[in-house]
Amino acid sequence: MEPPAPNPGHGAGRPMATRPAPCTVRSPVALQVGDVKTDLARPGVAVIDVALPPAQPLDLQEIVFKNSYTAFLTVRVQRRHPCDVGRASARKWVTCLWNHCLMPSPHTEAGSQDYFSLFRHQLLCDVDQVTAVRLILRQPSPVWLHFTLEELRLYPRGQQSLQTDFPSWLSHLAPQQQPENLHGGVPDPEKVSTEVQQLWVLTEMIRANQTAARIGRFDVDGCYDINLLSYT
Amino acid sequence: MMLEQDTGLSLAIAQIVQRLKGSSLHSQLERQARGSLHKPEIKLESLKEDIKDFLKTSGWEKRLQNAVYSELNVFPSPCHPAAPPEHMKEPLVYMRKAQGSWEKRILKSLNSMCTELSIPLARKRPIGEQKELFNKWNEMGTDEPDLSLFRPVYAPKDFLEVLMNLRNPNYENGDQPSFRNHLGLIQVPLKVKDIPELKDYFSELGLNTGQLGIDDSTQVPPELFENEHVRVGQTVLTEQDSAAAQQYVRQGCPTALRAELWALILNISNQPEDILYYEQLKSNVIQHDLLVDSLIYKDVKLTASNDDYYFVFEDYLYQVLLCFSRDTSVLEHFSYNSATPPKSYIRGVIPFHGFSMYVAPLCFLYHEPSKLYQIFREMYVRFFFRLHSISSHPSGIVSLCLLFETLLQTHLPQLFYHLREIGAQPLRISFKWMVRAFSGYLATDQLLLLWDRILGYNSLEILAVLAAAVFAFRAVNLMEVTSLAAAEAVLADLSTLKVMPLLQIFLFATVT
Repeated sequence: MEPPAPNPGHGAGRPMATRPAPCTVRSPVALQVGDVKTDLARPGVAVIDVALPPAQPLDLQEIVFKNSYTAFLTVRVQRRHPCDVGRASARKWVTCLWNHCLMPSPHTEAGSQDYFSLFRHQLLCDVDQVTAVRLILRQPSPVWLHFTLEELRLYPRGQQSLQTDFPSWLSHLAPQQQPENLHGGVPDPEKVSTEVQQLWVLTEMIRANQTAARIGRFDVDGCYDINLLSYT
Repeated sequence: MMLEQDTGLSLAIAQIVQRLKGSSLHSQLERQARGSLHKPEIKLESLKEDIKDFLKTSGWEKRLQNAVYSELNVFPSPCHPAAPPEHMKEPLVYMRKAQGSWEKRILKSLNSMCTELSIPLARKRPIGEQKELFNKWNEMGTDEPDLSLFRPVYAPKDFLEVLMNLRNPNYENGDQPSFRNHLGLIQVPLKVKDIPELKDYFSELGLNTGQLGIDDSTQVPPELFENEHVRVGQTVLTEQDSAAAQQYVRQGCPTALRAELWALILNISNQPEDILYYEQLKSNVIQHDLLVDSLIYKDVKLTASNDDYYFVFEDYLYQVLLCFSRDTSVLEHFSYNSATPPKSYIRGVIPFHGFSMYVAPLCFLYHEPSKLYQIFREMYVRFFFRLHSISSHPSGIVSLCLLFETLLQTHLPQLFYHLREIGAQPLRISFKWMVRAFSGYLATDQLLLLWDRILGYNSLEILAVLAAAVFAFRAVNLMEVTSLAAAEAVLADLSTLKVMPLLQIFLFATVT
């Protein structure tokens, strides 16, 4: 019933095993003129600051997030240049995405809770050696009570997938056993090995032809004793 | 941006390939390709190209195209990889929650009916009963079981109450009336098309394009439009092209060609394995008795059997609906349906009052039960399920209701205001029309012309437009009524209405 798993080719080269970069995402700060508490008008702009660990500037590949009623997004980054080493002065903020539309019709629901990806090739400037990211959210419509972005993740560039997905049995190899002594009745090893090879080829073929089509079996599970439906 | 489109495209291709691989079409193509190796025109040096040409000329490529087109039409485009499966069912969290609580209520009602009447959800039939049912399979309508204690699980008006109470918690639903509150019954801010967008979307219904339902009336000489249209239809059928058929039916189907054209669009070919599948479902019906069966019986007796047009098909309806309630392949559509099937022996869909009316019009077109069954099943998993589940899809019932109310407010503001003032919110009257896709309310030939367009545009929005057009047509009478009951009376009988002129006038000939 579940949709088939997406082809790992999606993501313009992001291997599935890549982990998001560690970063601290601060909660959104509304930008408002006037007193925040007494002003009745809703601020239409908020800023999310994302701080990266100071010693690890990031080569950004992708930004992934879930929208929550934000209409337009601007992204600015702070980069580290080689000539910056030693300088404590403020680094420049550069805009790498300007007014990207997340909700085509801000008074209505379209796009309001969708998942989005921003890839490096979509951004206006180079995003290597990034030290801080600032997301500026805009929601011009006054009908929404809150707007923000959720599940924000930054993916670094080009780590070739380290094979961390070992099958568990590899790490639990059984201790070596003494080979058994078989007298007679031992099948011809050549024959056995060809048969095993054939079996292996068949399993490889079946594995390569994973399909989502129904096999067409019409099992009816034998449980007729349920008298009450479950609610969950 | 180009690369993003490409990755989206390759993801869609990968998804379709995975769905079609291992299907019977795939094995047939392989068999055909292998068989073609004996042919003299297939040469070893250009094997791949020659086989491709062979598949093209023998019509197999067309079948593959039709299958791909069908997949594109039915399944939504692949989600973002980070999105969980619930997101594909329904992206808005509050709608998922509302659908979940609605389902709980239905199950509770079903459960209490079960315990009240001490009937098991499912039981295996004794052999004698199985034999009896097998013999009576083609005339189940003659059975008169005692259904007086059964009541339908819910009726469309119960569902309307749920939709009226849908609220987005992040939306400013103030008590003070303001521009944020909608004047109609639906209070969720979904995007619906306005008349300029609808004119563009339904451009083939325009005044300058020939339509069946208008340009085939007796006063119009058939040489002007009808003959040519029938000829084109026959060509489409010979070519066996789904996409062309879908485009063609936007102008209506000639009656003689309709059954085949709909089967082509829905990609139903009635292969031996499909017939076998239907027979298997039939044997499931014979072996086990489900509680849902009694609900189906009751619904058919209450609705279709009482209808002048459809009572003759009563037996067919049992044969289709009893099998449908046992069909596990229907479960596949729940991946993009916001609803979730109940976890028990009942598989899938719980029928409500009027459910059998989805099948009844199809009985005019298909007389062979297995083909009738497949057509209904495909229509259900493409369209009808959206009419009774809560979702934000543009063809979902919530969007249709909002579209209807918005169209009426924008283009007949006086009428809307008047009806609201007398306590006759228009949606209260039109809801039952839309939930049943007008089945049982329009004359059958008009209904089939309407369903032609549903298939042609792959969307149910035309139901909302027709509902608004009906109100526009009867606006003068409605302005004079002073109560909800009187308004209902004005709109009680739609059987004399002609669908296509109403739609054309409302969309293209109304001064706005």
